[in-house]
Amino acid sequence: MSIEQIGVVAGFEMRKFRAGRKWFFPLLLAAAPVSLVSLLLLFDPHPPSNSDITRVFAVMFQTFMLRLMILFGCALVFANLYQGDMVTRTIHFYLLAPVRREVLVAGKYLAGLLITSVLYGASVGIPNILIHSANGQAVAEAHFFGGPGMRELLTYVGIALLACVGYGSVFMLTGFLFKNPAVPAAFVLVWESANVFLPSALQKISVVHYLQSIVPVPIPIGPFAVITAPASVFGSVTGLALFTVAVLIVNGLLMRKAEINYVSD
Amino acid sequence: MTAEPNRIVFTDVSKFYGEVLGVNKINLKIGPGITSLVGPNGSGKTTLMNLMTGLIRPTRGEIEVLGTRTDAPETFYSMVGYCTQFDTFPKGVTGFGLIYSVLRLHGRTRREAEEQAWQAIEQVHMTDAAHRRVAAYSKGMRQRIKLALAVAHHPTVLVLDEPLNGLDPMARAESIALFEKLAEEGLFVIISSHILHEVDLMSDCVVMMSNGYVVAEGDIQEVREEMSEHPIGIRVRCDRPALLASRAFSENHVVEVRIEDDGAGVLLRSRSVDQLYALVNRVVLEEALKIEGVTPVDEDVHSVYSYLIGSNGAGRL
Repeated sequence: MSIEQIGVVAGFEMRKFRAGRKWFFPLLLAAAPVSLVSLLLLFDPHPPSNSDITRVFAVMFQTFMLRLMILFGCALVFANLYQGDMVTRTIHFYLLAPVRREVLVAGKYLAGLLITSVLYGASVGIPNILIHSANGQAVAEAHFFGGPGMRELLTYVGIALLACVGYGSVFMLTGFLFKNPAVPAAFVLVWESANVFLPSALQKISVVHYLQSIVPVPIPIGPFAVITAPASVFGSVTGLALFTVAVLIVNGLLMRKAEINYVSD
Repeated sequence: MTAEPNRIVFTDVSKFYGEVLGVNKINLKIGPGITSLVGPNGSGKTTLMNLMTGLIRPTRGEIEVLGTRTDAPETFYSMVGYCTQFDTFPKGVTGFGLIYSVLRLHGRTRREAEEQAWQAIEQVHMTDAAHRRVAAYSKGMRQRIKLALAVAHHPTVLVLDEPLNGLDPMARAESIALFEKLAEEGLFVIISSHILHEVDLMSDCVVMMSNGYVVAEGDIQEVREEMSEHPIGIRVRCDRPALLASRAFSENHVVEVRIEDDGAGVLLRSRSVDQLYALVNRVVLEEALKIEGVTPVDEDVHSVYSYLIGSNGAGRL
């Protein structure tokens, strides 16, 4: 598999993403937490204590960022990588190239991963820094450089990137299987949200299970507060990596059998 | 199937889209030179080309292009270039950018990709517009950039689906000259078109399609000879067409006689070409007819096509 050809595909996909205005809704989602935290800072004259802020962010991360923003953002970006080309009748430019189909899958996946990682990594990191700055610079410095803040920040961003890795592979697969990405996105949303109510064996067949196990600050109350048989950091990363590789292999097999289906004559 | 390294071979190939027939029971061998696929819309030309280039897979049968199967993309697409009928391009690309990226995907280095992209762009006379976005191109310019894309990696087999669509007369002539040049260099050039006089001018071989079937193949003369029972026609320009017409009416082999609108010629159709020419010679000698010219009227693709497929697209063979 040629690394250079993967890079060519990834570069081409990113140019298409930018030029095709496909960035609008993923960016809108990514901007939501930053905007929300900025509004809180602007209009709340009495911000809560730093420990409360940490818990507020933990809830925001697990409920909105992880289960909605990143999930739907990945659905918008990754599901379009294949289906978008079919809709715009441009997949043949790739299919006529003398490269293994797996190279195309890897290049497209890499492009999606770079796009979503930048968007949602920043979308998790920036609000975390902003919200912990609500009580002034001295408190923020103490939190990030004298306390657990930096480790938490890096862990949250890392989890966001892992989420892009896992959800990306899932939604790239659904892009092959479904014409309308909203249907699988809704199914995955329900599956990932209902995950906490499932038996522990079934919980492992989800992306969020591995990510929830390694969040730095657990949610104090609510269904997402309880994690059955949480995985270790190593177990989470390995489990997610294996899951992603397995899904990408299926993607590759589907791509091998890909045909254009926009024949007119 | 025996691998034929010098032929494009279809062996009992059928393609169905669900219950809809694309092409059926195609057995075909295509050699080097220019081969034209002729047929009305829906006859299966594009399906045949998509099958030939591996963009779709046959429901039944096998296809080999120069001994290589279409499901081996790494080797197959190095030797095949396809100018599709689809007038769509990735968003935001320039003509040069598209060809350059595709050549990089072909494994060319940056320098090779740049050189070959410019070569191809110059071949289709698009140098000035190369850095403009394809979305701003006219139909003819898009057609030319697709052609450049198909030839850029120097393929052995060049498949062109309606390549002359949208081109102005000058560009058409240049494109035909390019196809002929490529064919002379030993390429397999397969062209689909419904502009029959152009097909007639450039083709070494024609494949006629109707309703998903190949109804005839071979060079135009061969196809014509296959239809021995089909009357052949000649147009005689002379000073007394009415006289020639009246003599022709008395012959059993003559099936149609028509004085031309300008009154300076006559169209004759006969089941026997030899007897028809003998008749004309006889009348010229006996009646001192002054002949301006004698031309066959139906040895071009159009007449063969019309005969085989009929005006309603229904095959007659």
